[in-house]
Amino acid sequence: MSELDLNDKVSEMLAKSEANVIKSEKTFIHPEDEVREVVAPDGSIIKINPIYDYFSGERPQEEKPRGGIVEKFLNWARSESIWVLGFGTGCGSIEIPPLVTPRFDMFRFGIQMRPTPRQSNAFIISGYLSVKTLKRVIRTYEQMPAPKYVIALGSCTINGGMYYDSYSTINRLDKYIPVDVYIAGCMPRPEALIAGFVKLKELIKEGKAEKANEYARNFDEYKANQKKIIKDWSMPDYNW
Amino acid sequence: MINKFLGFKPDEKLLPSQTVTTDTVIDLSSHKYQKIWLGPNHPGVTGNMSVELTVQGNTIMKAKTHVGYLHRGFEKLIERRLFVQGFPTSIRMCVAEPDTNEYLIARSTEELSGYADAVPEYANWLRMLSLEMARLQGLLRGVPGQGGTFALGIGVQWGVYLRDLILDRFEELTGARVYHMYIIPGGVRGNLPEGFKKRMEENLVEIDEFIIRIKKLMFHNSVFKTRAVGLGIITPDMVDKYGIVGTNARACGVKRDVRKDNPYLYYDKLDFDPPTATEGDVYARTWVRWQELIQTVDLIRQIMDKMPETGDIRAKMPNVLNWKIAKGETYVRLESGRGEYGMYYVTDGSDKPRRINLRGPSYNHAIALFEDMLVGADVADVHAIMVSVQSCPPEIER
Amino acid sequence: MKTIIEKLNSKYNLQEIVYQRDNLVFAAINKENAIDAVTYLRDYEGFSHFVLMSCVDWIEDGKFQLLYLLNNPTLKSDLGLKVYIDRNNPEMVSAHHLWKQIWTYQRELKEAFGINFPGSPRVDENFVVEGWTDIPHMRRDFDTHEYAQKTYFPRGDRKTNDPAEYMRKKLYPNQPITAKQRKDDK
Repeated sequence: MSELDLNDKVSEMLAKSEANVIKSEKTFIHPEDEVREVVAPDGSIIKINPIYDYFSGERPQEEKPRGGIVEKFLNWARSESIWVLGFGTGCGSIEIPPLVTPRFDMFRFGIQMRPTPRQSNAFIISGYLSVKTLKRVIRTYEQMPAPKYVIALGSCTINGGMYYDSYSTINRLDKYIPVDVYIAGCMPRPEALIAGFVKLKELIKEGKAEKANEYARNFDEYKANQKKIIKDWSMPDYNW
Repeated sequence: MINKFLGFKPDEKLLPSQTVTTDTVIDLSSHKYQKIWLGPNHPGVTGNMSVELTVQGNTIMKAKTHVGYLHRGFEKLIERRLFVQGFPTSIRMCVAEPDTNEYLIARSTEELSGYADAVPEYANWLRMLSLEMARLQGLLRGVPGQGGTFALGIGVQWGVYLRDLILDRFEELTGARVYHMYIIPGGVRGNLPEGFKKRMEENLVEIDEFIIRIKKLMFHNSVFKTRAVGLGIITPDMVDKYGIVGTNARACGVKRDVRKDNPYLYYDKLDFDPPTATEGDVYARTWVRWQELIQTVDLIRQIMDKMPETGDIRAKMPNVLNWKIAKGETYVRLESGRGEYGMYYVTDGSDKPRRINLRGPSYNHAIALFEDMLVGADVADVHAIMVSVQSCPPEIER
Repeated sequence: MKTIIEKLNSKYNLQEIVYQRDNLVFAAINKENAIDAVTYLRDYEGFSHFVLMSCVDWIEDGKFQLLYLLNNPTLKSDLGLKVYIDRNNPEMVSAHHLWKQIWTYQRELKEAFGINFPGSPRVDENFVVEGWTDIPHMRRDFDTHEYAQKTYFPRGDRKTNDPAEYMRKKLYPNQPITAKQRKDDK
């Protein structure tokens, strides 16, 4: 393949990925994320689009369950190795350290904390979510490999709880990212958290925890809701 | 810094000879510097806070703190709630030590409505007990947590377990583990359950043992010493310049403690002397906090000894549903585990507060001070400094 | 403490002096003299610890009230200097050169109330909210409930009870409402 063909192909791919993006008039771009032209050392001029050069603008893909005994085995394996992302988004995260220590020990359920979204498949939204954090939560959630599960902790994620009238926190989490298990309370005790994990395991074993596919299916709706409140968007539509 | 304990001195000529100050001009397009973000979803960060670091190699040239990830707008929400409705909302301002918020809001409403002296003596002792227990559970997370930043994870496991025991006592006393809503205007919400003192004493004995073990684990550990000594130094002349309070100020020799300076409750009846150090580095701050741990255990014992056997737990207060407070303003402060913690409270004669402004110690420690302390430090030491100044993001942004 | 207040009064002409406690005094001062007075207190009277900078929105008077709360560690006393500034043109002289933490407060006040502090470092940066387009969120005329209802997706089945009515129904279901209660409810 000649160099010219490759260039054509790349620009074609770029155009395709940009066409996939849901256009919104309100979308805000930071000055450092704007498309700009840079002179390369050899004198040629390169167009740089920071958001789409560093990340992928592709839409998420739905993955059909394999079915039969294979799927059953996979679900069993998934349910016995829930790796939780260590990202405490609200005050509920103060009840997570007791879970890691011997008294409530969640390792006996095959659950452990991981430092990066790439290694984890469960995300605990521990309490209220301000809009500023929601932006980071969406980026983090989309970086997690499927199948992935979301556990929403505390009343604040269900209906806003104590902060139902706050200008800064969201009311319902399931409008922005799909939620598998809710744990009610302010704040839920470690035992309640364990009960939530057990419930999640049941759901996975029954093959009902397919929320990552639901996110892919209703991608446009979720994105529209997210863009409605995140005024300072300035990021690609899907972060791999 | 290294030589003092390891007994050898690295060749000064081999070390990079760069002096970094806050005034250094940084030109990112020169490709000598790199910008990295730490947080908000980093496991080593205290709460949700992110630090924007501009580094050259391993040295930090410039740091910026970004907060607001936990902003809930408490101060706005309380303006549209009754005095008593605002109470459960306001205590959620800081999750690490929620009891301090309870006392501040109860005390300011009492003072402004003229019930300052109405609180029964026994209730005040119970308030002190709950405040000291809150300090103890905060320190049980904080002291080993400092070791955790140098990868001494085992101390954290012990500390969190013992903190759980204190939370059990809180549960007995108040019915809740983390958000207690125990101190209310006019007194406290419940009496000591039967056998509380005995069970508390059992826990304190266990904590005494832990204090000795954590000393051996942390302060006799060569990794901890090598890394913590000389790191993140606060000098006494910085204290007033940056508004440093609490253990951070005491670790550099400036003895400031609200419990001694403006005694509230019955702290003047207790026998204690806030521990101090002179070095002002991470090691000294941890050492002061470790001594404070001993002292807090002692204070809880003193309180349980000196408090009356029984008494009224609540004064008669006006009907909370129609409670109006005349126009006025006040500032109430106390000594939390992190330092001076205060509340500016304004009322305007209606049934809702006009304005509440919380003065958390982290507000100064984690933004102005932290940004300047990071300049010249290593990337690996950011967490250690962050934990050592006891930054608590929920209380910065409310 | 009294002598300091008297000295300050003769120098800068204070108004509304209130002795809230023995060691806590609030006083109002002119906008022009405020930073002078704060500097004087810091350098000559030992008020070296800056406690808090805050703002109250007195929308009915058309004023913002700024507060500089200073602490004297030797006398163990606090002095709150209040400055009234115009609500329609909120601007105040920056004090960031006096203490290192003041620029943080000024940055917060700029975002929360829209008060301008010319010359203060990083005063235009976001502090807690990101991409905020509405009026500054701590102003009294900003209705947070309405904003939340409009912006987020409130659950429709959330019920709100009037606390007085609810408690009466739960605790004393058979008791008739007295005239005093009716008056109180109003």
